[in-house]
Formats: sequence, C-alpha cells, structure tokens
Amino acid sequence: MPHSPSSDPAAPADPSAALSVQGLGVTVSSGRLTAVRDVSFTVGRGEAVGLVGESGSGKTLICRSVLGLLPAGCAVSEGEITLAGEALTGLSRREWDRVRGTRVGAVFQDPASYLNPSLAVGRQLTEVLRVKLGLDRARADARAVELFAAVGLHDPAEVARRHPYELSGGMLQRVLIAVAVACAPDLLVADEATTALDVVVQAEVLELLARMRAEHDLALLLVSHDLAVIAEVCDRVLVAYAGELVEDGPAERVLNDPLHPYTEALLRVATVGDWERRELEVIPGAPPEVGARLPGCRFADRCAFAAPECLSGPVPLRQTADGRRVRCVRGGELDLSRAGARSTREVAV
Amino acid sequence: MSGLLELSGLTVAFGRRGARPVLDGVELSVGEGEIIGVIGETGSGKTTLARTAVGLVPPRSGRVVFDGRAISGLRGRALRAFRRSGQLSYAFQDPLRALDPELTVRRAVAEPLAVAGDLGDAEIAARVEEALETVGLDAARLGDRLPGAISGGQRQRVLLARAIVTRPRLLIADEPVSALDASNRNRVLRLLDRLRTERGMAVVVISHDLSSLAGIADRVAVLYRGRVVEQGPVREVFDRPSHPYTALLIASAPSVRAEGGPGAAALRRSAEPPAWTAREGCVFGHRCPFVTDACRTAPVPAPVGRGRTAACHRVPEWRELIAAPVTAQGPPGTGLLEAAP
Repeated sequence: MPHSPSSDPAAPADPSAALSVQGLGVTVSSGRLTAVRDVSFTVGRGEAVGLVGESGSGKTLICRSVLGLLPAGCAVSEGEITLAGEALTGLSRREWDRVRGTRVGAVFQDPASYLNPSLAVGRQLTEVLRVKLGLDRARADARAVELFAAVGLHDPAEVARRHPYELSGGMLQRVLIAVAVACAPDLLVADEATTALDVVVQAEVLELLARMRAEHDLALLLVSHDLAVIAEVCDRVLVAYAGELVEDGPAERVLNDPLHPYTEALLRVATVGDWERRELEVIPGAPPEVGARLPGCRFADRCAFAAPECLSGPVPLRQTADGRRVRCVRGGELDLSRAGARSTREVAV
Repeated sequence: MSGLLELSGLTVAFGRRGARPVLDGVELSVGEGEIIGVIGETGSGKTTLARTAVGLVPPRSGRVVFDGRAISGLRGRALRAFRRSGQLSYAFQDPLRALDPELTVRRAVAEPLAVAGDLGDAEIAARVEEALETVGLDAARLGDRLPGAISGGQRQRVLLARAIVTRPRLLIADEPVSALDASNRNRVLRLLDRLRTERGMAVVVISHDLSSLAGIADRVAVLYRGRVVEQGPVREVFDRPSHPYTALLIASAPSVRAEGGPGAAALRRSAEPPAWTAREGCVFGHRCPFVTDACRTAPVPAPVGRGRTAACHRVPEWRELIAAPVTAQGPPGTGLLEAAP
C-alpha cells in the first residue's frame, strides 16, 4: 500500500468548510522533532467537532496551529490550514492579528491568564469591539452588556465593571466566551476550556457553547482529554494519538462502535454513567516520547490486537465505506467488543 | 461505633470573628480499611477539612479524634510528635508544588522517615524502594530524577509513595487524580484500593470529580459551603441522591453514555432567589430550585435511610417537584451575536 504522508484522498480540501486542515505537520525543539504529522480534517459550518487525546497526543499543537499561536520553537512544517476559504499558513503577524479574534475565536483552560488583571472585564470586551469592529465608546459599552447577557452572566452591567479577581472561574470563562464570539467568528476553538471548572459549572459552560453554536451557526473545535466532555457537545470526534489522528467519525458511531483499538481503550477508561462500575481499567504502557521515530503503528506496543504487519510501515488514515476514517492496519476486521477480555491487564497497579 | 478517625462538630473559620465559617459543624467518621470520598466544588472546604483532620489547621470548635486520641487539642511538641509518627498522612493536592524541586524522587520519599528519625539509613532506603514499588514506579529508572523531569502521573505517584512510606493507618489524599487523564486516574485509584485491601489502610479521597469516587469509595460525603449536605453509601447516594445539590452534581457530570434521570437544567434555579438566602438559612438556598420559607432555618443533617443523612427540609418531596426530564437547553435564541453594524 502506498503511503504519501501529506496527501490524504479521504479528506479533500473543502472550500465551504469553516476550517480545513490538510496534511498538517508540526515540529518542536526548533525543528528537531516532529510532534504532529499528517493531520487532515475539516470542520463544517456550524459543526461541532471534538478533538480528544491524552497529554502528549499533539491536540494542543494542532489547535494552536489553527490559531497561529504556536509557542516558541514550534512551527508548522507541512500542510495547509484554511479558514472559510482563506489560507492561514504563512500569514504574517499583522495578518494573524486581523484573523484572530474576528474570524476565529478561542477559549482556553485558564481564563484568568488571558485577561488583564487591572482592567474591568467590560473594558476588555469593549476594547475588542472598538478595535475590531470600529464601534464608538457608547455603542461598544451597550454591546458589551448585551454580549455578557447573551453568555448568561447575571446582572451584566454590574459584571462589566468588575475586575477579573472579583469573578469566579466559571464567570471568567463566560467573559472570555463573550470576547471570543464578539466579532461573530466562523470558528470557535475551545482548548480544555472546561477542564479547570467545577462539574456543575462545566455543564453550564458546555451548554453555553452548544447554544452559541446552534444559534449562530458557529463552528466549534472542542479540544479535551475527556471523551465524556466531547460526547456531551460534539457531532463528530477526532481521536489523536502520539501526534497523529487515528480515528474520525460521527460522535454517536465512534462512541458506540469505535474502529481503532486506542479509541476503544479510551472508552473503557472514560467516565460512563454507570456509577456502579468498580472495574477501573487502565491502558497498559505509556505513549511514545514526543517525536519518537517508530517504524509502524504508534499505538502498537500498547495494543491488544497488535500483529506483525502493524510494524511493517507507516499506517495511513483509511476511509471506510460509510465515510469514517481510521488509522489501523486491521481496522474493520477487529471485534473490539472483546478488547476488554483480550487486553493485557496490568497486574501491578 | 467509634471509627479510626472521628470528626465531630468541626468548625473552622479564618479571619474576622463574624466571618462565615469555612467548615461548619462537620461530622465524619472513617473506619479501619474504609474508603471515604469527600466531594464538593471549589471553596466548599474540602482542603480545609483535610488540613484540619491532619492537624495543620486548628479548629475553632469541635473535635478530631484519631484512634481514640483527641488530636485537635494537641499543641507544640505533642502535635509534632504525632505528625511525625506518620500514622495519619496527607498527600497534598498539587504534586509540582508539594515536591521540593531540588530533591530527587528517592530523597523526597525518604524525607518523612528521615524527619521521624527512628530508622537507620539502610532501613529507610529499603522502605523507600518498597514504597516506590508499591506505587508502580521503577526506582532504578526514576529514583534519581528531579520532580521536573518526570511526568504528571509519575509525580502524583511519588507524592503517594511519600505519603505511604511511613505505613500510615489512614491516608488523606487531596485531589489525587484531578490533574491526570482517565487511564492514569484509574491507575492511581486502583492503587488506593489495593493499599486498602492489602494493608487495611483507610483512605479519605478528596475530589471535585464524582466519577473518580464512584470507582472506589465505600461512602461519600458531599460538602457545600462548609457543610456536609449529604452522606451515605456511594452507590445509594449516586443512584438516588437525597439532597438537591447532590442531584445537581450527578446530573452535571459528563458521560460518554446518555443517562436517565432529571437533566441538570431541571435542578438549577432559574428565578432570582429570595433575598434572605444571601444571609441566612440553608447554605444551598441561593441555588436551590425547591427553596421555601422553611429553608430560612438552616437544616441539619438528619437520617434519610440506613447509614444516610441529608441536610434538607424538602426531602423527599423535592423529587416530585421536578418536571419531566428536561434536556439541557438554554433559552431560545437572542440574536445578539450577529456582528453589530
């Protein structure tokens, strides 16, 4: 089977998509290590797509590439990123400033560190409205209060006068969501946006994201290590492992009938609504080091189904007959429902 | 009936005299070899409860009794001697901040024994190896590394090794899994369960995450703003919560499977709460959709079944007030997010 890493016939660039990522590669350590390779996916207009993976899977690098916010030493080495038809790869810093905040909004795990501690939160929103949309002071003030109300902040005019330290984590995340959607972007990227929140507040913020998306035809890329969070909001799930996408499909199908053994393993360890389950499963082993050069499937050494052919060469992301994608040599032929019985459960710990 | 650890009427307050207590009349009993989950949101007093129980915070009133001995009254040398005995140990919340960045894994784990001072170097070294092995860390590979050079899941296990190296009878673990992904979370929980089974060690697991308690706890106590609002066997509490706050917590937990039961939206208060809820009455009054005038008198924990208590005046009738299961949806479109002209 021919493998050409950056051409993926299964996911052609779609100019009508809100976001299209084709053959993305990201290097870290000033180009010495390839941390993300051959990542291709699209997010349709108004679609909610979840990107799930363990720490080190590359999910944050993927979403930072989309936002043009890679940390120092990291760079997009390959591939194309298009936002509603406009190519983002190779934009200058000034051009990024135009795109970010207007056409793509973002929310992160730690809202307080994205706000200026010495300015009232309302001012931080009106600044965006005045700079990006050219509103005058009075209209920006009025609009900020409307936006705060729209993200479910009680007494929005009062909240606007508060400083970040006077607000709870959940309220700050709502403020940041208001800032992120202020200019009606095509795409909202939420990177572990609810991870630091209490469970009750997390549910409220997830509902808010779902509502924003439904009401405003906003495409959503929700990045999380928690499959359960993604299951709550997303139409489609992308599973990242060790810098590659290993599965892509409709959320309902992926969660009930995973094709990749890693997805199946993630589901086994994930939170389920069954409170009586005392069986605490673990995925044996650990993911490979970032940038490790491996001959074949990157999950093979942790996989209960690994066979010799898994190590013979890079495994391409294959499309199945029903339009799902899976990066597994044996994908489709495996009966993953028996994985629990077959997995080499660790005896110690 | 007396357990290994008994907290009774425990009240803790910081700062001004009139300030609302951080813990208010907490009752909790932990038996030998029992795993108790303490759950609550940020600011509910979970960490203060743990710190008070191990003697790091003096209570304003109430008692902490460990193995028949009141430790809340210990001061100075007596308190230090008790803490150094390592019978009751505490694994701090944040492994990166709780570990000295300049101590290797081995030395960090050895510290509690070195401080106690009753073992020789060879014995300490053997106990450190044993503790690292128990938590599943390869001492030969990781023992000489610094905390900055190991992964988050490994750091969490180093913290646990350090807490169990003294062979405690009770371990209080503060958010031991909150920073971990699901597989590592389960690995640490299994470890706690195994320590209980093999050594008869009792464990108090503090968490904001219900799912991590469901796996291992025998009983659970739900804290809200410093009060235990519900307590009971974990299965019964999760299957049929008695307190509206517990019900909200459970309905809010994300899951990869669709569940029955009321949706979270039906358990949230949508109307403005009565003004008095800000000053008095039930601690959950300001968020409770079922609040009535009776709730102006703060409810105390009362039996709601075998081994269960709940602090709510509206048990059990609140359950009948929930409308048919509501799917989680916000108010209809506001049209506010189209770009302003």
